[in-house]
Amino acid sequence: MELCDYTAHELHDMLVRREISCEDICRSIFKRIKLLDKKIKAYITVIEEEALMRARDIDQEISQGAEPGPLTGIPVAIKDNICTEGLRTTCASKILHNFVPPYNATVINKLHSQKVIITGKTNMDEFAMGSSTENSGFFPTSNPWALDRVPGGSSGGSAAAVAAGEAICALGSDTGGSIRQPAAFCGVVGMKPTYGAVSRFGLVAFASSLDQIGPMTRDVTDAALMLNAICGHDRWDSTSIPTDYPDFTTFLVDDIKGLRVGVPKEYFTEGLSPEVREIIEKAIATLETLGANIVETTLPHTDYALPAYYLIAPGEASSNLARYDGVRYGYRADDADDVVDMFIKSRSRGFGDEVKRRIMLGSYALSAGYYDAYYLKALKVRTLIKRDFEAAFENCDVLISPTTPTPAFRKGEKIDDPLTMYMSDIYTLAVNLAGLPAISVPGGFRNGLPVGVQFIGKPLGEGTLLRVAYSFEQSSNYRGKRPPIVEEVL
Amino acid sequence: MLLTIADVEHVALLSRLELTPEEKEMYRRQLAKILDYAAKLQELDTENIPPTAHVVPLQNVFREDEVGEHLPPEKVLANAPDREDNFFKVPRIL
Amino acid sequence: MASYEPVIGLEVHVELASKSKIFCPSTTAFGGDPNTHVCPVCLGLPGVLPVLNKQVVEFGIRAALALNCEIAHFCKFDRKNYYYPDLPKNYQISQYDLPLAFNGYILIEGENGPKKIGITRVHMEEDAGKLVHQGTISTTPYSLVDYNRTGVPLLEIVSEPDISSVEEAKSYLNKLKAIIQYTGVSDCKMEEGSLRCDANVSVRPVGSDRLGTKTEIKNMNSFRALQKALSYEIERQIEVLESGGEIVQETRTWDEGKGITLPMRSKEEAHDYRYFPEPDLVPLVISSSWVDSIRKSLPELPDERKERYVKEFDLPPYDAGVLTSSREVADYFEACVDLYPYPKVVSNWIMGDLARLLNAHNVEIENCPVKPRQLVAMLKLIDKNVISGKIGKTVLEEMFATGKDPDVIVEEKGLRQITDEGSIEPIIDQVIADNPKSVNDYRNGKEKALGFLVGQVMKATKGKANPAIVNQLLRKKLN
Repeated sequence: MELCDYTAHELHDMLVRREISCEDICRSIFKRIKLLDKKIKAYITVIEEEALMRARDIDQEISQGAEPGPLTGIPVAIKDNICTEGLRTTCASKILHNFVPPYNATVINKLHSQKVIITGKTNMDEFAMGSSTENSGFFPTSNPWALDRVPGGSSGGSAAAVAAGEAICALGSDTGGSIRQPAAFCGVVGMKPTYGAVSRFGLVAFASSLDQIGPMTRDVTDAALMLNAICGHDRWDSTSIPTDYPDFTTFLVDDIKGLRVGVPKEYFTEGLSPEVREIIEKAIATLETLGANIVETTLPHTDYALPAYYLIAPGEASSNLARYDGVRYGYRADDADDVVDMFIKSRSRGFGDEVKRRIMLGSYALSAGYYDAYYLKALKVRTLIKRDFEAAFENCDVLISPTTPTPAFRKGEKIDDPLTMYMSDIYTLAVNLAGLPAISVPGGFRNGLPVGVQFIGKPLGEGTLLRVAYSFEQSSNYRGKRPPIVEEVL
Repeated sequence: MLLTIADVEHVALLSRLELTPEEKEMYRRQLAKILDYAAKLQELDTENIPPTAHVVPLQNVFREDEVGEHLPPEKVLANAPDREDNFFKVPRIL
Repeated sequence: MASYEPVIGLEVHVELASKSKIFCPSTTAFGGDPNTHVCPVCLGLPGVLPVLNKQVVEFGIRAALALNCEIAHFCKFDRKNYYYPDLPKNYQISQYDLPLAFNGYILIEGENGPKKIGITRVHMEEDAGKLVHQGTISTTPYSLVDYNRTGVPLLEIVSEPDISSVEEAKSYLNKLKAIIQYTGVSDCKMEEGSLRCDANVSVRPVGSDRLGTKTEIKNMNSFRALQKALSYEIERQIEVLESGGEIVQETRTWDEGKGITLPMRSKEEAHDYRYFPEPDLVPLVISSSWVDSIRKSLPELPDERKERYVKEFDLPPYDAGVLTSSREVADYFEACVDLYPYPKVVSNWIMGDLARLLNAHNVEIENCPVKPRQLVAMLKLIDKNVISGKIGKTVLEEMFATGKDPDVIVEEKGLRQITDEGSIEPIIDQVIADNPKSVNDYRNGKEKALGFLVGQVMKATKGKANPAIVNQLLRKKLN
């Protein structure tokens, strides 16, 4: 094990005992990045010098007696759709290839105040639209567990970086599963908080009513630590929930006796691959052994979540992405006759196929004559989906389900068939429509590929989610398992 | 779902995108397939169901009327593809 | 030949006087170097979010109440999607199906007495930036964009198509401006763009109850432009119909230089704003107690004030109407009357000489160099026979030019009235000697000739002789 293979809380303990320095951790991370990122391509931008400088500054503070906080000196990778002042933020799009934000996202300021060390910006599907990171406008990322497979998406770079020891923790964003699905594919923990628990200020919007930033980590404890750092009301986000957020580490208790764990039957139908089904069923059995009450439950409108999502998210996206026009920032076509021509040429060359597809789909769903039948209809179905969860939570404390129907698929396998690609989010996107928190934790391996277990919680039920995820994690032995490529290069 | 090339051209114009003939056909096919799938929603009776535009039931979120810091012009224009003095410069409008 | 009547509805945009913008803390101050009143939010940078300025909502409710509107209990913001380089997000945050207020009206003076003009709706939205061209928009090789105004709060006030003449349109806009100014939520300066007006115009044969096809007229930047553009457009539509043509529903722009309306050219034929609920802003729930507290804080509005002037000051309705059409004029008037209890005299001076001076020098009454205290001091000099009413006009001009007190001016310029008979008599004798013909005429019964002789005396004294004394002495000497 090298330092870059430890968890944040383990590194923190070593820092407290003065066994290592922040610079040691940082050097280990950048060594791994140099060794592996040519193959994995998790990062769009790496900032080694700044990171090392910052690590040395923090080391000096510690040497002068400052007590390291839980995340002090921990190298964290940031998905490239979260604005970082003075640090290029591209959303993996050619249209923002040179955009340097003049401000920090709220979560970045919060991480800075925890003295984390930002390592760089990670690859993603362009504007977070995709499930494989193949839609990056720059290059695809490989799954560290199998380089010919996708890391999932859209936060594929963050997931791969954490899995490969190229970062200790990472931030991702989740609009329909974009944290949980790549976490499952890469064998890490990924959490999407309750809508409104983490400020979206500075997160480049894909679908505003669904987007949420969340942590991607090696284990559940690190997820709780990261959540502590980024959660909280923000007056610059009108949709931020004003409430007192608890210390999430207090939920890291290995005890789920009497906890009611619901199994939604609609999540175990024909689309689910046998290997994933087997692992989820084993997980359910484990929880039962730990004293949980397993309850069969139902989410009757599950089949309608995907179509509703693919009208609402593109609708919002078509408007959110209108600002990329070549006037104020980003790519501009310089051969335009007039301003309309400039808009059209800049956007047509700057956006990739999937982004164009969703913008057009969204424009269509919102356009005169179709709004009621598509967009408004989808908003109403959203109500039904939300009510399904409310009803289920009358008899359950959390729900368990697969995170994805299959383990990581091969690159190129689904890229030409958008609808099939969309299906890989089938178990994750209803959660976004309902605004609920959910976490994906490693549940086991099949054919060398990780499989994720998803827990879904009530609004602001992150604590219960962490408790069940932590208990499940304690009973399994997947922590510390490293992808074969890491073992190979060492 | 019957989606014509003209429909695709219309949404492309609304979206400020230009497409090659091949792209128009590709998107026509793909969008039609997705919209077919979306038509599944029509199975549901939503007559008396209110729409959910915001999933968290917040209301009346305000800020007080206070003037804050402005961005210095050099930062405002730092990302500008083209500028003249402290203006953003764009090709002619008409 | 059938005669036609116009059917007009006005869409008025009023800039609200909050200190900061509607969704971010940037200043709303007018002017400023280009792109200096901006922050990441109003620049529409990737990742930013809007947060609603509470003051804007309160100003909106205040204005809507003054316009006799019902206030929505529940309203929300929507995105209006269209591309234009002065719109940083390429959508405008506005209100679509659930506006702030609706169902209001204002009263104007119509041809046959008071007329009610309905107000369909009042909603809040953000302003766009400013495009700067070399020459005109159609000839400039490129344009420059300044986002200082982007996100300045606007109130859009949409009238019913109840306006049936150019004169009524002007009255409506004047009255609307007065009411909004009274509420203090906007300064309504058309020249600074804080009051803007678009019009929907159609014509129909007199007596018909069917609406004709309408056009929307934009770019009318002054009251004069509004009148000229509407007159032009009404004539144009009548001519089209008379020659057997049809009106095309379109947006037209007023070309001030050419004095005509022209269809707006636009590459985007597809006008489809794709409104949908703004996901970044939560709904507004407006309680009746909130509305009541704003209602209680409303000042006396023009109609009430006018009525009070008629009753309390015994002014003719015309005077009362003119004085109350602007809050500042009315305040000035009342400040004078507080010091000098002769309302009609004050009214005559304000509506007469003072109004003329203000107009001629293009000064607003709140910046008038003659303060109410000074105007009253001048009026008292007239009452005390220190100066004549005629000299009063001269003194007022001097006060306006220098800001000095009237007694100072009277002394400096030696304008004190001559009331001493001893000094006037020799002058009268001289005038009688110089004008034998007029003296004869008067003696032969031509009363008018006396006026001429008085005038000669006044001329010889540079207007300073007390006219009553001159009159009296002349008669005595001639009879």
